[in-house]
Amino acid sequence: MASANVLHALYNDDDILMKAVKELRAKKYRIIDVYTPFPVHGLDKAMGLAPTRLAITSFLYGLVGLSVATLMMNYIMIEDWPRNIGGKPSFSYLQNMPAFVPIMFELTVFFAAHLMVITFYLRSKIWPFRKAENPDVRTTDDHFLIEVDAANHDLDELSKFLYDTGASEISLIHNEEHA
Amino acid sequence: MSSHYEAPIREPLILGEKSYHDISVDVGAPILGKANKSWWIVFSIALIAFLWGLGCIVYTVTTGIGVWGLNKTIGWAWDITNFVWWVGIGHAGTLISAVLLLFRQKWRMAINRSAEAMTIFAVVQAGLFPIIHMGRPWLAYWVLPIPNQFGSLWVNFNSPLLWDVFAISTYLSVSLVFWWTGLLPDFAMIRDRTKSPFQQKIYGILSFGWSGRAKDWQRFEEVSLVLAGLATPLVLSVHTIVSFDFATSVVPGWHSTIFPPYFVAGAIFSGFAMVQTLLLVMRKVVNLENYITIVHVEFMNKVILLTGGIVTVAYLTEYFIGWYSGVPYENYTYLSYGAATGPYWWAFWALIICNLIVPLTLWVKAWRRNIVWTFFVALVINIGMWFERFDIIVLCLSKDRLTSSWTMFSPTFVDIGVFVGTIGFFFVLFLLYARTFPVIAQAEVKSILKSSGERYKRIRESGEDLAGTAADKRTSTYAERTSIAATTNNDNTYHQTTVNADVLLDTEAKRTQVDLMLSRIGIYDPATQTADDLKRISGIGPILEQKLHQLGIYTFDQMSRMTTTDYDLLNEIVAAERAERDDWAGQAQKLKQ
Repeated sequence: MASANVLHALYNDDDILMKAVKELRAKKYRIIDVYTPFPVHGLDKAMGLAPTRLAITSFLYGLVGLSVATLMMNYIMIEDWPRNIGGKPSFSYLQNMPAFVPIMFELTVFFAAHLMVITFYLRSKIWPFRKAENPDVRTTDDHFLIEVDAANHDLDELSKFLYDTGASEISLIHNEEHA
Repeated sequence: MSSHYEAPIREPLILGEKSYHDISVDVGAPILGKANKSWWIVFSIALIAFLWGLGCIVYTVTTGIGVWGLNKTIGWAWDITNFVWWVGIGHAGTLISAVLLLFRQKWRMAINRSAEAMTIFAVVQAGLFPIIHMGRPWLAYWVLPIPNQFGSLWVNFNSPLLWDVFAISTYLSVSLVFWWTGLLPDFAMIRDRTKSPFQQKIYGILSFGWSGRAKDWQRFEEVSLVLAGLATPLVLSVHTIVSFDFATSVVPGWHSTIFPPYFVAGAIFSGFAMVQTLLLVMRKVVNLENYITIVHVEFMNKVILLTGGIVTVAYLTEYFIGWYSGVPYENYTYLSYGAATGPYWWAFWALIICNLIVPLTLWVKAWRRNIVWTFFVALVINIGMWFERFDIIVLCLSKDRLTSSWTMFSPTFVDIGVFVGTIGFFFVLFLLYARTFPVIAQAEVKSILKSSGERYKRIRESGEDLAGTAADKRTSTYAERTSIAATTNNDNTYHQTTVNADVLLDTEAKRTQVDLMLSRIGIYDPATQTADDLKRISGIGPILEQKLHQLGIYTFDQMSRMTTTDYDLLNEIVAAERAERDDWAGQAQKLKQ
């Protein structure tokens, strides 16, 4: 009965929110998501979120950029059309490499930065014309919202528990698609 | 809580009795309000300057760059001076947002947004000059390594000018992405606060549907940190490469190994001066004195003092080494006895006075905390750093190795017009930004409010717990909230829409309980159902029926599912003490059939 029910508990203070998240986890309630207006430090750990791997992807993208720069310089300046510029060695990539360091550096940064940000946007599903999904507009202002899975829980007991953790408002959401 | 601890000796970065909601209100005010008269006046002046510059650019492109004051000896003058000046100004933004982030400097949060905006707008101006100088700007794509009609003739990757193409385009695009990513939560705040449907739509698109989930924030912070790590060497590389444009040549005064660090320090020096110039005015005009405080101004002045000191040491080194080398050509470089006493003496002394002498006053604490003096010094540095580039370029070229070709440079009205035009363009962009963008990274400022806000420092020092102190009654109390809240996306669905009983339900707890009750007994849908005559139940009169309607109870079907819990709740809210005794559920069950 009503297995798709979700409770939205609103808090108006970040410290109270942190305490509530810890208490909910201790009671083994399932937190579906938390919406906050600013990064609350330590919240991801308190919720038990896995660390993000975006920094690793950035490193890999940087390697791609470095490879692209190396291959491009080698093809353009050494293989395809070697030119004698100020007597610099034009038939050996390694010997001419110091002149290519700026380009290799810039392309490494270019790839690492842009591809990481694109990955972030795709993973977090944010892009132009996407509709915002924060359930209450105040979660971008000064409110913090915990989405609690209420399936198989007594609603009265759960809502009383949430009020005890310091929630300022609680509401029941029926049949949320992602519940 | 200890997690918000900050040493009491540190001065607060956010003044006044601010709550989180206050920050939203203050940052949103310039966007949600109307532009005042002075904004329109300044904007009109900037627009006229921009249009004048545009005219000069069109004239240059259609006629040729012969309309500039260049001659055989001085083939580079104001164009490259302005280019380096603007690129240099464009260094402060990324320095503030990236380097200061790595150093965990909290004061950057109030100023990074505007400094980054300034960076982007300044780099846009800088990028114009090489393109105009090409003479045929429609062929600008020739600087890219693309297959072309000349066979395998590639661009020269050994040239610092080409490195510039890569460095500046990488810098511009990465700065833009860094800036925009930081803007997403702030656009989302505006989107959720505005009452105008048009603004909701626009800021909805600009915010990319940012919802502020915990996982999004975790990624957001990681991305910011990695971007800062990438942008820090990037910002140093950009002006290093700009300095290579000169340092790899064989012109006396340009051919100098000191150039890269000296240029980078000079760029940060001029960039911070421009940040001061803009922010000292902006904090006043849009009432952000509580966020951009005298402490911020002093910190920026300290950075100016440091980088100005590096620049001073570089000047003295150049001057000394030029003299010490004994090379006669070195006596005509921009930092030499020859320059100080020659026909360009005024440019030499403008450089020394503006960049070396005037900033020394900032060693006095009272002066670097003085807004008017700071503004004056910042203006002087802006001028001085323009002269530095002018001196490096024009002075060194004007007396080259061939005495017979020594000459001076005099700008034409086109040179001046293009430069003034870019200043106009810069201010047009910045003024538009100040009206439409959140000029302070409000999400980040909120994250330091409890540690660095004046009010919270006071509460913490009095020994009280900070938990719960962030509540603001304008957003937390139902009655006040409905009166001030913006048109909301889904506020109405927040509680059951069939419930319409603000008077009866004086607390949020009661509202929630009614919601829960309706979820048990069923929700009345006026579109498909018809209301029953609840008065037929014994014990319910017209007044009680009205109250039940307010609670969203309209049908026998709903009444029939009531249990003792629901009776208790009804009794508490509408004084229905007879409900259980009269067995309303049982009566309703019979009436239903």
